[in-house]
Parts: sequence; C-alpha cells; structure tokens
Amino acid sequence: MAAQLQFRDVTLGYDRHPAVHHLGGEVAPGALLAVVGPNGAGKSTLFRGIVGILKPLAGSILTGDLDVRDIAYLPQTADIDRSFPISVFDFVGTGLWRSTGFFGGMGDKRAREKIAQALAAVGLSGFENRGIGTLSGGQMQRMLFARVLLQDARVIVLDEPLNAIDAKTSDDLLALMRRWHAEKRTVLAALHDMDLVRANFPETLLLARGPVAWGKTADVLTAENLLEARRMCEAFDEGAAACVVHDVPSRAA
Amino acid sequence: MIYDVLISPFTEFEFMRRALAAVIALALGGAPIGVFLMLRRMSLVGDAMAHAILPGAAIGFLLSGLSLFAMTAGGLIAGFTVAILAGLVARNTELKEDASLATFYLASLALGVTIVSIKGTNIDLLHVLFGNILAMDNPTLLVIACNATITLIVLAVIYRPLVIESVDPVFLRTVSRAGAPAHLAFLALVVVNLVNGFQALGTLLAVGLMILPAGIARFWSRDITGMICIAVVSAIVAGYAGLVLSFQTKVPSGPAIILVATLLYMASVLFGSVGGVIRQMFPGRHLEA
Repeated sequence: MAAQLQFRDVTLGYDRHPAVHHLGGEVAPGALLAVVGPNGAGKSTLFRGIVGILKPLAGSILTGDLDVRDIAYLPQTADIDRSFPISVFDFVGTGLWRSTGFFGGMGDKRAREKIAQALAAVGLSGFENRGIGTLSGGQMQRMLFARVLLQDARVIVLDEPLNAIDAKTSDDLLALMRRWHAEKRTVLAALHDMDLVRANFPETLLLARGPVAWGKTADVLTAENLLEARRMCEAFDEGAAACVVHDVPSRAA
Repeated sequence: MIYDVLISPFTEFEFMRRALAAVIALALGGAPIGVFLMLRRMSLVGDAMAHAILPGAAIGFLLSGLSLFAMTAGGLIAGFTVAILAGLVARNTELKEDASLATFYLASLALGVTIVSIKGTNIDLLHVLFGNILAMDNPTLLVIACNATITLIVLAVIYRPLVIESVDPVFLRTVSRAGAPAHLAFLALVVVNLVNGFQALGTLLAVGLMILPAGIARFWSRDITGMICIAVVSAIVAGYAGLVLSFQTKVPSGPAIILVATLLYMASVLFGSVGGVIRQMFPGRHLEA
C-alpha cells in the first residue's frame, strides 16, 4: 500500500539550526504512531512540518494525494486565544470548515446535529453556550478533540494531547484515538508516558533532534534507545559548520 | 423644549442632517472594525494607522489644495501602503505586527509633517487634524456611505476566517489558505474606515468612533455578534448626542462626539453587565452549579 506520509531525508528547524535532523521513513495509511522523545526532541517541529506550517530546511515531506484539509492538527493549547469571546459551539463548529467554508451555515439542523454529536462524544454536552475562556484545561482538550472529530480527516496529528490531563479524560481521549485507528485513519500523537504508549500504540518513532529508532513499539522503547535519546544535547550550536551529509541510511521500519 | 433641543437642529438645518447621516455611516462601518481591532489586541494599531494616512493626505493637499477627493485618495494610498508593508513584514519575518507597524507609521508621520511644512498653513492643517463633520458636502457624504457599504460587504465575506484567525490562527493555517488574504483585507478595511473617519473627525480622532464603541461593547456582551451590534448602536448614539451637544454649546463637533463616546465608555466600565466595576463589587449570591 502506498505510504500516507513519506519523509525523504527531511531536516526541519529554525534559522538554519536543525530541530529534526535527517529523518527518513514512511507512515502507512491507518497507522497509529506514537512520537516520543525528550523536550526539545523535535516532535512539535516534525508535526508543524507535516501540516505544512513549517518548511523543511532540507529534504521533503510527501503527503501524496492529501489535501490540506485532509490533515487535522491539534496543536498545543498555548496557541489559542482563550480570551476571545466565542462559544464552545461556534469554536467546535469551525471543524466543519471543510464542508461549510466561508459561508456555509453552522446553524442548520444537520450541522447542529453533527456538532452536538461531537460534543457528546467527548463528554461536553451542555457546554454549547459556554465561552471557551471558562473551560478547564481538560475540558479545553476535549473541545479540541471534538473539533478534530468534525474535521473528518484522513490523517490526524495530535501534539501532546494528554499533557496535564487527568486519568479519566486521558482514557476517554485514548479511546477516541483507538476509534480513529479502527476507522482506518492515520493517527500520529506526541506523548511522554511510555507505559501508555506501550499499551496503546503499535508503532513508535523515538526522536532526539533526529530519529533514534522507529518501528514496533516494543523494539523502539528499549532501555538502550531511551538512554540514547536522553543523552541528546538540547542547545543549538552557533558555531556549527554547515551540514554536508546527504545520504543518511533510513531508520524506517 | 425637548423637541427644540433634540430634534429641531436636524429638521431645520441641512448640514446637521448630512452630519447625522455621516455619523450613522461611520458607525455602521467603523464600529465592527473596531471590535475586531480590540479583540485582536490591535487597538493602538488603529491609532498608528491613522497617523500613517497623514503623508498621503498631505500630498493630496500639496497637489490640489483642500480637495477632499485628492486628500482621500492620497490617504487611502498611504494607508494601504503602510498596512500592506507592515502586514507582509510581520507575516514573513520574526517581527510582530505592532513593532513592524510602529516603524512604518513613524516613517510616514515624519514624511507627512515634512510634506505639510512645505506648503501648509496652520488653519488648513487644523482641518486635516480634526476634520469638520458640519462642513460635509454631498460628494463627501457619498464617499463615506460608499466606504461603509464596501466595509460591510467585505467584512461579511471575510468574517469567518477573520474570527478563526483571531482565536486560533494555527488552525486556520492548517485548513485554509484564506488567513493571509483575510488579514490583509481586514487591514485594508481599517484604512478605508480611518480615511472615512478622517473626513469627519480628522486624523487625530478618526480612530475614536472605532475603538471607543468597541470598548463599550466589551462590557455588555460576551459574544462577538452581540458586541458588534452594541458597538454600532453606541457609536450612533454617541454621534447623535455629540452633534446635538456641538450644536447647542458650540463645542467643535469631532471632540464633542468623542467626548460623548467617552462618557458612555466610563458608564460601561462602572455599570457594564460583563465585568463592570459595580457588577464585580456586588456579584450577587453564587449559584449551586
């Protein structure tokens, strides 16, 4: 089967400094992939590259026949202006952009039902008229998941979706990820809880500013690999020479 | 008595009717833009943009004297140039919009003052700086009404991407490429409405009928539709009451309108149902759930 996402020796970063260095490999359609690694390992950077808001410094990320609207992206909540006066209903409704676009109504019966179903699926029924500024961290995350549900995307990219989330909410959100997996959607999630990854994700990419290991979760999350990732140096080197490595053997599974 | 004070100025004098029509048009176009400026934390950006219009208006004045058409066209060109350059710099570099705009508006303010000093007299300049809504002629009124109409139509087109870009810009970037065009169109609308306000209130107060009503609305509504409606209504009320005040007391019309809006704003800060001072001091008993 053709790959859903293909990384071709891609390097992503900021101001010429690589945050993800020379990543090669493929994500198969319908994969449920955990992306793990220490803070600063390049998980968010990789995701920003996949959704197209960060251009690679070198190499490329091929998304095949995917349109920009076929990828749903859940960024870290810090990116959202929570003081903006918008209700939970309207905010979640923006997930229907694909079908509503600029002018399509969110008030008609079908749209209302879809939004209500998405809110019910994440346990936020009754929150429709609340302002998004009044939500707790966990409720906020549930609301973002509801929007992802409505986006009805083939690829779902979740950036640290379970950060600062209690056990019950975490279970509920994991159930949603498994549901998407069962629906043959491709799901990528950045996570920090290794036990949770081992229990729920068949495939894992371990990053430490570049690929450390990628493959079956049990093979990737070995003590040796995790130790290697921990030894990652976080700082950018201002005096570093230009990188001339062109052919790094792919560590893809 | 009440009729004499509140109604008869408008039934008796055509210039008062024209001025009233002008403030209503200004309110309809400017107040919604002001709400978005405020919610996007760009209130002072509006003020900076008002200064950016000056060199264009000054060049128009230099070329054809106190011709409203020339000054409006010049103002539009200068404002658009600054807005688009600042927007492009902010989108494509690390510089934030406010910083990039500050550099551009300072440059154009300096340029404007330089141009004015070549030919202007102080009396002409007063007109540029403070406007004169009571001296409004029909062509000017038509320009203002036309600009307000364009504003409402364009705002309707870009409304959804503009709201999404305000609350969650990253999301918009991942689902659509409409963010950048919507943002630039919004900046263009800011310029159009500043030029509009500049006709009536001058460059120094032009932003007043945009930002003050938005500030008022913040204290009375929790959702953006409500805010826009309240902002428009309060701008119209301030415009009407300001004109009456100006007519009865000989206070200049522009400052009178802005002062009435300021009074409404202060009342809203005190008595507003959403976060007003008194509401916060006496919130009532808390609820069970």
